[in-house]
Amino acid sequence: MTTVSISLLREVTEVIRPPRALFVRYPMGYPLGEPNNPALQHRVIAAALSLLKRNDVPVLEEFEA
Amino acid sequence: MATYDDLSLTVRLFMKGYPFSRYAIDPVPCTPLAKPLNEARVALVTTAGLHTPDQPGFDSSIKMGDTSFREIPNTVETHSLIESHRSPAFDHAGVQADRNLVFPLDRFRELVARGEVGELNHRHFSFMGSIVGPRLLIGETAPRVAQLLREDRVDVAFLTPV
Repeated sequence: MTTVSISLLREVTEVIRPPRALFVRYPMGYPLGEPNNPALQHRVIAAALSLLKRNDVPVLEEFEA
Repeated sequence: MATYDDLSLTVRLFMKGYPFSRYAIDPVPCTPLAKPLNEARVALVTTAGLHTPDQPGFDSSIKMGDTSFREIPNTVETHSLIESHRSPAFDHAGVQADRNLVFPLDRFRELVARGEVGELNHRHFSFMGSIVGPRLLIGETAPRVAQLLREDRVDVAFLTPV
């Protein structure tokens, strides 16, 4: 099973080292960016899903809004 | 009533002092995608403390955190999900307005409809966050959910902490 996670706290993710994570600059509680903004939520999801192809784990990329 | 900024400072200080390195994943497992995403079965895993109306809420009285989980059926009406996350560290207005902010089930349904994702698993999983003492989570409940996902032949788990 391949996993990818959103990260809201870069420093924590750097220490825990999940295989694939997308760091987003959103407040805690807002991993997909904004409520009722499907377009933004889809962009975050697409960026996260693109990391599934990466096998140079741990992967920690930042979402470019 | 503290302001959001005050709480954020509290959280920042807590985070600074918390021994995260104790829970570092080592070695980091690498499982390559078994099949293209448009053929893959996907499950969502959140730590937003969501549950269905007929499931018990998470127990916020457990000092080290409630390490139980809830199975969220794929057929659920996303907006019917109840959020019982106890953390005062974030503004709950977002998830109250749109559960997809933390559990993007409607977005993944759209990806399946567009043919970009193969299918969704028949169930997804919801945990409580703010698990201060994660021993049971790491040792028991998370591996149990991983095993259930393997039994479901899930190819991809999409994780959304809050």
